[in-house]
Amino acid sequence: MTDLPRPAGLRARWLAGGFAVLFLAVIAGIAFGPVGLPPAGVAAELLNLIPGVHLHSGLNEREIAIITELRLPRVVLGLLVGSMLALAGGCYQGVFRNSLADPYLLGVAAGAGLGATVAIALNARGSVPLFAFGGALAAVALTYLLGAAGGRDRSTSTLILAGIAISSFLAAVQTYLLQRHSDTIREVYSWLLGQLATDGWGDVTLILPYAFGSALVVLLLRRELDVLSVGDAEAATLGLHPARSRLILVIAASLATAAAVAVSGLIGFVGIIVPHVVRLIAGPSYRAILPLSMLYGGAFLILADLIARTAAAPSELPIGVVTAFLGAPFFVLVLRTTRSTRM
Amino acid sequence: MLRLGQFTVDIDGHRIVDGVDLVVPAGEWVTVIGPNGAGKSTLLRAVGGELPFTGVLELDGVRAHDLRRRDRALRVASVAQNPVVPAGMAVFDYVLLGRTPHMGFLGRESTADLAVTTEVLTRLDLERFARRTLATLSGGERQRVFLARALAQEAPLLLLDEPTSALDIGHQQEVLELVDELRRADGLTVLATMHDLAVAGEYADRLVLLDGGRTVAAGTPAEVLTEEIIGRHYRATVRVFPGAHGPLVVPARPGPRSGLDQGNHPNLGP
Repeated sequence: MTDLPRPAGLRARWLAGGFAVLFLAVIAGIAFGPVGLPPAGVAAELLNLIPGVHLHSGLNEREIAIITELRLPRVVLGLLVGSMLALAGGCYQGVFRNSLADPYLLGVAAGAGLGATVAIALNARGSVPLFAFGGALAAVALTYLLGAAGGRDRSTSTLILAGIAISSFLAAVQTYLLQRHSDTIREVYSWLLGQLATDGWGDVTLILPYAFGSALVVLLLRRELDVLSVGDAEAATLGLHPARSRLILVIAASLATAAAVAVSGLIGFVGIIVPHVVRLIAGPSYRAILPLSMLYGGAFLILADLIARTAAAPSELPIGVVTAFLGAPFFVLVLRTTRSTRM
Repeated sequence: MLRLGQFTVDIDGHRIVDGVDLVVPAGEWVTVIGPNGAGKSTLLRAVGGELPFTGVLELDGVRAHDLRRRDRALRVASVAQNPVVPAGMAVFDYVLLGRTPHMGFLGRESTADLAVTTEVLTRLDLERFARRTLATLSGGERQRVFLARALAQEAPLLLLDEPTSALDIGHQQEVLELVDELRRADGLTVLATMHDLAVAGEYADRLVLLDGGRTVAAGTPAEVLTEEIIGRHYRATVRVFPGAHGPLVVPARPGPRSGLDQGNHPNLGP
């Protein structure tokens, strides 16, 4: 009884490692920029945010203002967007039992793209996040309805096919709109390629409730994803309601993705690379993959944003370009090393 | 104890199982036989909770419709015909999935869950595979792992859908002997389906023959496995010989044997 084997799951050292990587990414994301700040001072200022901690950072008022008013909001936004996309990707991969699933599988990207295009074409630029959010959720709802109508059992492949159909349809509508409003093409494309805004804490407070709610639901259900890996039929004999679990998880992951996309545009590859790297480190259990994906996804996006801001300074690269530039070669590697990808 | 009354399963508007009545007392082994498409697997899957049904399904006197999924999983454990092998999952974690209905809302396994899993692995001589992934095991080893997951569920009723169809004759016997041992030791009730009639007769207390979704014969192996009944429902010519545990069914070609060695097999000749 004393030395029972340990089941797969989250190991404390992985969690500690994830937090350490994330902390380093946050410091790097804040320290580097047009005005360089000493990383040690940044770390001290960050720790000062914890109630009861008073460290001497050696930074002046202006530098502290740069941290709290400019860089910290953007870094936190990157953290939230990256962790949401990675969590949603990992969640979809489990729900669809397909290691190539990504957060945009069910039409979120096409829906958000269309929503943003409509907002820009209507000259309602302030409403782009709202339109993108609404478009993303409407697209997923449509995919689910279509997938459910096509297959009585809402099998996963029916849903994936429905997602492809909806995505193509919405992309066609978007292309048509762009043709009719060709003056907006540049603006729409710069939104599509992804960018994190630098205007304070607005976007962070906008998506924080969705991020928190979705993460809570997905993390609470993470063991069910492990059970679902034996298929719906067997999961049912183990006491689960597979269709119900899948619906709840898809709603939560889609909300997270829609919120992330609404404020950042379409940032690709985070949702597929990060869960895969985590899987290589921590094994196939979603109990480890999901929480670690959040940490590493946040860290990855902060660093990608750092490159986007600094590589071609003073102009900014779209962050989607950076993640895809790093992600595409990695994706090929994953494709070559993944032995089986089951639908 | 399992009781089915007018148990009926429809799939896509087709009646696959049609009004089956069956009682399996606690501790008994009943095997459902029948030709392809008779509804054997469908019957088992509906009893296991994978498919909806009409009619009566009672588990230990409680109607299955009144049970929540989880409570039902505490009463019935299934080994599917072709279980899904999750990529990269270790044997220990796979067997631990059997403890799912015992776990609380947060899905954290208790010490008892780990202890039961370890015990089942030991009992089925699988300890040395605990850290291996399922994909690296042979067919016979994997079948034992599937069985281990169902046993870890600690349900009194065990459903086995063609548990040995992928195994050679030696591993078939090994797995079925194991099930029989466990059944006697733990008082498990077993409801199985099988293709091989000789093997079915050797291991079951009673057989139920389905054809076209209906029960066409039921009783002890000696009562069900007759040349006449098998001939009628399987459209096969067989010879049935008495064996130590049950009748031995041997397929035999109809008509006289042609060729030079005709008459060299007096036992099988017409």
